Amino acid sequence: MILQVQNVTKRFGGLTAVKNVSFELAEGHILGLIGPNGAGKTTLFNCINGVYDPSEGKIIFRGQDITGLPTYRAAHLGLARTHQIVRPLNELTVRQNVIVGACYGRENLGLREAAHVADEIMAFVGLSQRTDMLASSLNVAQKKRLELARALASRPYLLLLDEVLAGLNPTEVSAMLDTIRSVQQMGITIIMIEHIMHAVMSLSQHIIVLNYGELIAEGSPEEVSQNPQVIEAYLGDPDLAERLLEEDRI
Amino acid sequence: MKLSRYPGLIIAVLLVVLVSLYPIITGSASARETVFTVLMSLALASSLNILLGYTGYVSFGHIVFFGLGGYVGFYTLTALHWHLLLAVLAGGAAAAGLAFALGKSILRLRGAYFALATIGVNEALRAFINNFEPFGGPVGMDMKFAIYNEYGGAMQALWIVYGGLIVITLGVIFTSYAVKKSKFGLGLMAIREDEDAAEVMGVMAPNAKTWAYVLSAIFPGLIGVLFFFKNGNIEPGDAFRLHLSIELIVMVMLGGQGTVLGPIVGGAAYQQLRKTLLTSPLFKNIQLAVAGFLLLIIVLFIPSGAVGWLRSRFATMRRVLE
Amino acid sequence: MVNVLLASLIDGLLIGFVYGIAAMGLSLIFGVMDVVNLAHGPIIALGMFGVYLLFSLLGLNPFIALILVAVMGLLFGLVMYMTAVHRVIDAPPLSSLLATFAVNMMIIGIGTSLFTTSSYNVEYSLGTVTAGPINVTGTRLAASLIALLVTAALYWFLYYTRTGKYIRAVANNRSSAELMGIPSTRILALSFGIGTMLAAIAGGLIATIFPINILAGGSYELKSFVIVVMGGLGNPLGALIGGLILGLMEGVVPVFMKTTWVPVLEFMLFIIILLVRPQGILGAKE
Repeated sequence: MILQVQNVTKRFGGLTAVKNVSFELAEGHILGLIGPNGAGKTTLFNCINGVYDPSEGKIIFRGQDITGLPTYRAAHLGLARTHQIVRPLNELTVRQNVIVGACYGRENLGLREAAHVADEIMAFVGLSQRTDMLASSLNVAQKKRLELARALASRPYLLLLDEVLAGLNPTEVSAMLDTIRSVQQMGITIIMIEHIMHAVMSLSQHIIVLNYGELIAEGSPEEVSQNPQVIEAYLGDPDLAERLLEEDRI
Repeated sequence: MKLSRYPGLIIAVLLVVLVSLYPIITGSASARETVFTVLMSLALASSLNILLGYTGYVSFGHIVFFGLGGYVGFYTLTALHWHLLLAVLAGGAAAAGLAFALGKSILRLRGAYFALATIGVNEALRAFINNFEPFGGPVGMDMKFAIYNEYGGAMQALWIVYGGLIVITLGVIFTSYAVKKSKFGLGLMAIREDEDAAEVMGVMAPNAKTWAYVLSAIFPGLIGVLFFFKNGNIEPGDAFRLHLSIELIVMVMLGGQGTVLGPIVGGAAYQQLRKTLLTSPLFKNIQLAVAGFLLLIIVLFIPSGAVGWLRSRFATMRRVLE
Repeated sequence: MVNVLLASLIDGLLIGFVYGIAAMGLSLIFGVMDVVNLAHGPIIALGMFGVYLLFSLLGLNPFIALILVAVMGLLFGLVMYMTAVHRVIDAPPLSSLLATFAVNMMIIGIGTSLFTTSSYNVEYSLGTVTAGPINVTGTRLAASLIALLVTAALYWFLYYTRTGKYIRAVANNRSSAELMGIPSTRILALSFGIGTMLAAIAGGLIATIFPINILAGGSYELKSFVIVVMGGLGNPLGALIGGLILGLMEGVVPVFMKTTWVPVLEFMLFIIILLVRPQGILGAKE
């Protein structure tokens, strides 16, 4: 198991954003993390990579307890993530952005090697044409790719993708899906938060569902999509949910 | 090492060397005094730039390192009879030590909170030294003339101080360039752009910021010793003048923050401007107001400074103007 | 000893109210727009000289002059906001720090050429009020009463008027306030104006108590920083409490040690509070 999340709870004052969540993740898999808005998905990510210190519970990454370690320690151990709202280093070039990921990631590379890695990763995600542009001048789809490129450049074992498909048009979505599949083929384990159902369903080996901070279901995509509790949580109306899922597949 | 690969560094170094050679060649003491002020400004501005321009932390009370270095150096010179070289090093060490301690504490604060805290540190130290009898309290300390004799008399001592300042200034520029071109510097710039995102990518921000702070504090500490040795006396008001701190920020902004050349150009230009205003019959009385007006224009309309503006305007300049 | 202590305590407390409103201006501006107004000190000095000039040239009662000074302080703030601050309101903090500092330089530059840096006095007395062993000068008592009144008025304005509620809404979340149809630029300019008005009033009150000079605002600006951090940055009413604490310190500490240690203690306190409780003793803006 590359990651074990054990009874993680995160409270903010009186609000419990994540309640007693546990799951395990096998190496090489893609885990889909779904749930309605405000279900605590991003909070869970933040607990895993150390942005937040969980109020209770443990995060075990590759056999090591990383609960409450600063985010940069998690990064050094091979845990990378992208942000739901992109956070490019605006006044640096695309290449510099990716080099930061390579320099300070798991392999702790020097500038020169990092530049090689960056070139390779930029080619992989399709940013080779834009290496010397300032990150601020990219469009949304390119910024999403930049987020991914920075994370990949750190040569992670585990990659947390927070809605990398949001805001993309259908062509961009399918291109990104191909990219994510290739990332998996590189041997990187992935957890992805996603709202586009057909995407999560087609990519993930396993899915967990959060609602009001609690884990309400887990299983294969088929199992989860037929789970009435999930459908209820998602839309309140099982029939409507069924129909939407159908439409999504087309 | 092929020099042509470092155009940005060479331009900066050449500028400084040419300017500082002039008084040496002509042997003119008044030219030396003018250049001394210019070099001191641009060296202080360049060291501030390591924190302000690269790391994005606004140190409003940066002059505290100049003052503390000056005091420690002055004390070792007059009370302990150390050699000037040792005194200068002591001043730098004191400044670095303070920056390290502050880095572990107030650098946690962000934005305006950090800026306010640095003002607080400067004022606290000033007020403290005002009460600190070993350093002469409110009246400060004086240098006995005999001390200059150890360096071949006052005239000779002034030239030695001048030479020392040139060395330190070149040191600042090399450091500034090396930081900018290093992995460490890239980490600092990542912190400047988005500290949390930088940490998620693995940049150990607390450490990196502390070292940037220490680097940017050492040089003002060294320079403080030279300045007050030359000055012959030191008192709290001169050593911790908040106004000078802010002038340094203005120099960095004028030239372009985050560039190697910017603070050099900005420091020189600011001193030139000040001199012009001070000697002009029209502006003499309101030179401060005119300077304020210019500052406002820069902040509102050219926030990236002269060098920054050139870099963004002409892509080809980017390779040359670091 | 008890009498000396009591007298210092009351003196300190009274001046604390005046410190309080000076700091309130700084705090209000920071709370609403995250701008630290580095022209705060010179504006306090403008308030001082406003009262001085109206009193000595026109023979106006200083406390009547204060009303005019307040209006001018408000206008000055509106103009300053629109010319120097509005453009950098969303820029990194350095820009607004420098923009306001530029105004500082202009005021000090022009002020120095007009008045030099020598000291002036508002020769006005309200006698002395005596209660048992305690003597308090009338102007000091009046100044603190006016400061208290201004605080009450500010509180009423912020919490019970529509415009005041707009200001708090903008402070809380500018973009949502804009979505609700609140004209944010006008509210920002007004808040800035009120902030500078409070500084000018504080300056005017100080002029009735102490000798003034054009650079005197600087030390009150530093005191305001200390107070604002104590009371919580962006919490104007916390500033009053902070002002009283600082006033008490200044009154009482010299009884026990040299006066020159007061600023050391003040700035130590300032740094410690920033480090351990940056939200201030009472908590910063929501």
